[in-house]
Amino acid sequence: MQSKQDAGKLPARMELGRRRQSGWLHYFANPGRFVRFARPVLPWLAAVSALLTVTGMVWGYVFAPADFQQGNAARIMYVHVPAAWVSMSGYATLALCSFFSLVWRHPLADIAAEEIGPVGAGFTFVCLVSGALWGRPTWGTYWVWDARLTSVLILFFLYLGHIALVRGFESRERGYRAGAILALAGVVNLPIIVFSVQWWNTLHQGNSISLSGSSIYPSMLYPLLVSTLGFYLSFVSLVLARMLAAIMERKTSSLLLANAEHDA
Amino acid sequence: MLKPKTRRLYLISALLLGFGGATAFMLVGFSSSLTYFLSPRQVVAHAPPVGETFRLGGIVETGTIQATQSGESLTTRFDVTDGQASVPVVYTGILPDLFGAGQGVVTIGAMTPGGVFHAKEVLAKHGSTYMPRDVAEALKKAGKWNPKFGPAPGPDALGSSS
Repeated sequence: MQSKQDAGKLPARMELGRRRQSGWLHYFANPGRFVRFARPVLPWLAAVSALLTVTGMVWGYVFAPADFQQGNAARIMYVHVPAAWVSMSGYATLALCSFFSLVWRHPLADIAAEEIGPVGAGFTFVCLVSGALWGRPTWGTYWVWDARLTSVLILFFLYLGHIALVRGFESRERGYRAGAILALAGVVNLPIIVFSVQWWNTLHQGNSISLSGSSIYPSMLYPLLVSTLGFYLSFVSLVLARMLAAIMERKTSSLLLANAEHDA
Repeated sequence: MLKPKTRRLYLISALLLGFGGATAFMLVGFSSSLTYFLSPRQVVAHAPPVGETFRLGGIVETGTIQATQSGESLTTRFDVTDGQASVPVVYTGILPDLFGAGQGVVTIGAMTPGGVFHAKEVLAKHGSTYMPRDVAEALKKAGKWNPKFGPAPGPDALGSSS
């Protein structure tokens, strides 16, 4: 009923709606404002994330001590653990953007969701491969189908599915809707990944770091935390850069279209 | 009449809750098959039929490792325990580096009529504790070693059997 009313005078209502919108969420949802904010921040953010990541890697791979049991194989955690955390946080962000996209139809949330996909899939891939390389010398196998490993593989497939779905429609809007629904349905996988090592017997070890403390010795924990911060900021930098590029691409193509219409 | 976006908010939240709840019920229902391995206690309580492949996981009981070399192949016998029950295991092949007394393992194989688990594959399960070797040795020397960390380092960590 309401949609019928809307259809007739859509532009006027949108104009009115925009003026009525208030609050921080709507303030930052404007792509123009986002570009003005993100463009000057990005180079600094990228520099800091590169610095932290390199510091964490060098610290972990050169200066941190080897583990008493695994020896040098334990050093894979300086890549594996941050990649795993980022891939899950990235998915949570993707799901949050999808929620904003479905409920409030924020254009920026759609762009963010579209650009988080490939970056998150990349981090998940790093997590899976580094884990397999660690598993061979430690467990004696690259891969087992235990609950933790399988649920992370599902996370990887969710990312891939989202990438394909968002881009798979003639109409961009429909792609965003479909991708958002997939992303939200996939959220159930996140608690499964986190708690899989507690709920079921898994070959993967339990959590070393929890809210109550850590079972990693400080000389190994600090480089891990530095590289984790580096990975997180790298993720944010990559997503921001992709979002800026996507917005610019859209502006360029609409300008070209306007020019072509003008010429014709 | 609700505003469209409020309606969408309620609708999507309700769908998410429903889907999450359904998944939770499913996970509880399938919980036993999502478990990667059985513990010795579960195997002793109701053992899977002889010849049926399953995974047995636990700690290698200290003092039970017996290795016998015959030609090219190495056969190892050891007990897998969870502190309440233990199951004897026999395995022929190369063991992972981390294998040792007090270390966690997951073995894949089947029970034989004699009540021995015949493993086709042995995987080492790693604990969640990481520390440098010198710290581990200092802890052990000071008598503050927590068995939760895994087997204490030193010459007795590997091959304590013979």
